[in-house]
Amino acid sequence: MSTVGTGSNDKCKIGVYVCHCGINISSKVDVSKTVRFAAKLPHVTVSREYKFMCADPGQDLIQQDIRDGRINRAVVASCSPLMHEPTFRNTMAEAGGNPFLFQMANIREHVSWVTLDNTAATEKAMSLISAAVERVVFHQPLMPNRVPVHPDVLVVGGGIAGIHAALTLADAGQKVYLVEREPSIGGHMAKFDKTFPTLDCSACILTPKMSAVRAHSNITLWSYSEVIGVDGFVGNFKVRVRRKPRYIIEERCVGCLDCIEACIYKSGKVPDEFNEGLVKRKPVYIPFPQATPLVAVIDAKTCIGIRTGKCKMTCIDACERDAIDLNQSEEINEIEVGAIILATGFKTFNAKRIYRYGYGKYSNIYTSLELERMVNAAGPTGGEITLKNGQKPKAVGIVHCVGSRDNKTNKYCSKVCCMYSLKLAHLIKERTGAEVYNFYIDMRTPGKGYEEFYDRLLEENVHFIRGRVAEITDWVMTPEEEGKLVIRAEDTLVGVVRRVPVDMVVLSVGLEPQPDAEDVGRLFNISCTREGWFLERHPKLAPVSTFTDGIFLAGACQGPKDIPDSVAQAGAAAAEALALIDRGYVVLEPNTAYVQDELCSGCKTCIDLCPYGAISFDDEKDTAKVNGALCKGCGTCVASCPSGSLQQYLFTDDQIFSEIKGVILYA
Amino acid sequence: MPERNDIERFFDPKIVAFFCNWCTYTAADLAGTARMTYAPNVRVIRIMCSGRLDPQFVLSAFREGADGILIGGCHPGDCHYQEGNYQALRRFILLKRLIHAFGIEKERIRLEWIAASEGDKVQRVINEMTETVRRLGPLDLEPITKKVIDYMSVTHHEMVSISHRGSS
Amino acid sequence: MKKPKVGFYWCASCGGCEEAVLDLAEDILGVVAAIELVFWPVALDFKRSDVEAMDDGEIAVCFVNGAIRTSEQNEMVKLLRKKSQLIAAFGSCAQLGGIPGLANMFNREEMIKEVYLRSPSVNNDAEITPKEDIQVNEGNLILPALWDTVKALDHVIDVDYFLPGCPPPVNLIEDVFNMIVEGELPPKRTVLAPDVALCDECERREKKPDKLTLKEFKSPFEINIDPQECLLAQGLLCLGPVTRKGCGGACIKANMPCTGCMGPTGRVRDFGAKALTAIATSIDSKDEKEINAIVDSILDPVGTLYRYSLPASFLHRHYEKMLIGGSK
Repeated sequence: MSTVGTGSNDKCKIGVYVCHCGINISSKVDVSKTVRFAAKLPHVTVSREYKFMCADPGQDLIQQDIRDGRINRAVVASCSPLMHEPTFRNTMAEAGGNPFLFQMANIREHVSWVTLDNTAATEKAMSLISAAVERVVFHQPLMPNRVPVHPDVLVVGGGIAGIHAALTLADAGQKVYLVEREPSIGGHMAKFDKTFPTLDCSACILTPKMSAVRAHSNITLWSYSEVIGVDGFVGNFKVRVRRKPRYIIEERCVGCLDCIEACIYKSGKVPDEFNEGLVKRKPVYIPFPQATPLVAVIDAKTCIGIRTGKCKMTCIDACERDAIDLNQSEEINEIEVGAIILATGFKTFNAKRIYRYGYGKYSNIYTSLELERMVNAAGPTGGEITLKNGQKPKAVGIVHCVGSRDNKTNKYCSKVCCMYSLKLAHLIKERTGAEVYNFYIDMRTPGKGYEEFYDRLLEENVHFIRGRVAEITDWVMTPEEEGKLVIRAEDTLVGVVRRVPVDMVVLSVGLEPQPDAEDVGRLFNISCTREGWFLERHPKLAPVSTFTDGIFLAGACQGPKDIPDSVAQAGAAAAEALALIDRGYVVLEPNTAYVQDELCSGCKTCIDLCPYGAISFDDEKDTAKVNGALCKGCGTCVASCPSGSLQQYLFTDDQIFSEIKGVILYA
Repeated sequence: MPERNDIERFFDPKIVAFFCNWCTYTAADLAGTARMTYAPNVRVIRIMCSGRLDPQFVLSAFREGADGILIGGCHPGDCHYQEGNYQALRRFILLKRLIHAFGIEKERIRLEWIAASEGDKVQRVINEMTETVRRLGPLDLEPITKKVIDYMSVTHHEMVSISHRGSS
Repeated sequence: MKKPKVGFYWCASCGGCEEAVLDLAEDILGVVAAIELVFWPVALDFKRSDVEAMDDGEIAVCFVNGAIRTSEQNEMVKLLRKKSQLIAAFGSCAQLGGIPGLANMFNREEMIKEVYLRSPSVNNDAEITPKEDIQVNEGNLILPALWDTVKALDHVIDVDYFLPGCPPPVNLIEDVFNMIVEGELPPKRTVLAPDVALCDECERREKKPDKLTLKEFKSPFEINIDPQECLLAQGLLCLGPVTRKGCGGACIKANMPCTGCMGPTGRVRDFGAKALTAIATSIDSKDEKEINAIVDSILDPVGTLYRYSLPASFLHRHYEKMLIGGSK
């Protein structure tokens, strides 16, 4: 960080450019009036308006004025600086001006879009413009800070999004760390039998990608691991990863299952997470046959050997490769990466929260994910859809929007449930010949081939009843209902209340953020929406970026998404990371704090305030000193300096005081 | 003396807001994108973190003519810079005491934690704040003579000091 | 060479500034020899009419101490401004309003009642309070008007130099006289003291920890003050980090915390606000309730933060909605 000259010798000549933004601004703000107003402000030499300042002709106006010597500082009154500040700074620089002798007035997001009254909007716009003019007088010419980018990338989460992002980057030649919390990558997709709407086998398309991850020389796969610390900044993150002990030496294990066979438990004792608890597994297990890495894991909570030490430890004897180490402890690995892709996925809605649907109370009520396992040929029933008594169901009800589009649980649409419900309806019909009843609020099937799939189901004589299910009960009213579960719902198309007796109910549970999404957000310094989805930088134009540079989002951690969308987003996130790495450097906002050496009394008030350790005490000079490379530009130390000897570039006291003055004086 | 109600009806308060870049300013942008209309009385000044808020800014805004000050930062624990908002909180608590000691209604300054996704909260808080300050009426600080304002600015830019540094 | 003519005047002050001049001790002889004293009512018998008789700009430098709070002080300093080439605000009261400036936390009527009627030591059954204009047998008596708001010197006239301190430290006074005699004056509007905070010359700085973790603020009488440790670290509200140096840390050497008489550095616009932020930084809590409890231990926030600078602060005085006008 350095300043170029002081700029104080040049006479201050400010150009003010007010943008119409089509009619986004001009329909509320009297743009011509603001331009006339701005022309009279101190130091303003040029005051213009244009339809779209961000378009080339708009930027040309500024550049021409700079080249012709009419201005040396500029104020653009248009949209949010978070949107176009970089654009206009470039405009300045390209014309030979200093990009930081520039200030934006946000008269769209903060004025025209939020103000009802035109007069009030115009006045507010004028006061924001005058604040920007007052402020830009005190701007200093600055040089942006260039910092090299570390070429490695961290991908957090090994579902389909994380896998795809990791492979894309690895194929491009980047070294990737893929960190997955569970013992195997694969995520939710590994649990599915078929995928909508093409009905291709989920495992058939996912397994090759999982193998590719394992085999790729550019990918370091750390399963059963979690990120526990993130320091640094874009291009230069320092990440700490905790590798949980799996009590199996990963390099030795070949996934032969001998240890599992040899476990003193002859049958499963613990609900099998991968199979949604439909069956039990042993304390030593491999989550599923295609698990990657194909390495056993011992669950310390249930393994007697680890818990008590009093076990025959038959597993150890059984392992010919001496891969079992019950004394293994966790390992902390520190890595440096330039970019991070978060693909931490989602969890499904807990159906027990809607008590009246009887999940957990009646048998033969399953969540959609449980049914996914049931219809899976590799699942607990070998793909058979059976009732608890072993018989095939004759009638199955599928309840849509469980935990979605519901003010009491989640307001949002989970986006994938209609389609997966159709898929499950098809599979149930195909495997059992049962009558299948879909209870839906609205059928939402936008997507390539999705509506056609819905049509196909209609032709397959699957029943669709439009109405939110009120209750599922075993309280029977007619002989036909005897021994059945009765689904009560208002058929809103016919206008009657229906009671539909079925043998089995599938609850199409919605998608929710991971329970620790907020903690993860904090860890990576990114925000969450109110629901807990990770917040993208811009919903349309920066959907995989976050407000923290260098951290990107992929898949359902950003919001409910199906497989194609997750993969597309993962590709986009990988491309963004690549663009960053390929450029090789990042330009840091030069908004760091600096000590006015000669004026600092060395009172130490600021020393311990910096969470990044950027401030230290210079024992020779007896003053504070700021390490610009570590400073992230919050300005907390600046505000705390009792003698005003610390300042922050782009946010000096002068600049803010003059902004305050401007915002009030002319309003 | 005018009726109190008249003052309330016709008084359009000036409120200066200091919003942190990462949460509250973003939320205000979101409110805009979502076209959530609200009272036009609040003028937002962007700072990188609520921790940058020097209490001088608040007092200066009152002096310049603001009737109320709104400060917006990230929720506790969510600060983009980890702890800046706690620093803001400590200063705010002290500042509130101070202005109260000066006889200024405490309600004229308000600190709100508004996350980037809470556009609706920006709308609500700005509307509430505007109404609160409207009810309180204009602040009307006794005008300082023009001289003092000069003095303030001169103190900073032109007052030169003899450096005795090193001789001590 | 002609000796420069020098004047001294006092407004709302305690007289300490005049004493400070005498603190030059035997050096004062040299000063007196080098200058010509033309006006110093506290020491020599000068009348207002003597000043009125002078030519405009006849006085080379006039030192004014004390704040401005009466019509008479206002008139006198305006007269002196006219007759002087340079005006120097001498001491905290003239520079920032000083201790008398704390009267701005009250209004004039309340203050008069307090002093003349309510004070426990007062016996005033007739309820006689000062009047600006009073009829007596001999005729009309006119007293100067007492302003509602105390002002600093440069609120009412242009001031060329500021000499901070309550009173200004002797070495700084000496420097100023030397500058006058040698004719080497710094640029106008200069505060004639180093522009660095007091910690810079504090012997206890080395002992100050990088992080203060205070759970309570204390008054000096509440604790046995350690003569070596940083006073802030002991929970005392020492304003050294906020205050200009130049006094040599006289109070701290006497084991008392700095109260800020030297005023802020040149980069600070409001002393109290900066003092506030320094104090807030030292509070060790993230919990609103606890912070409030800690702040409770600061008994008089305005008196603590603005002891010498209330009139020169942004808020300037206690705010009273129904008060019509302030001074006049």
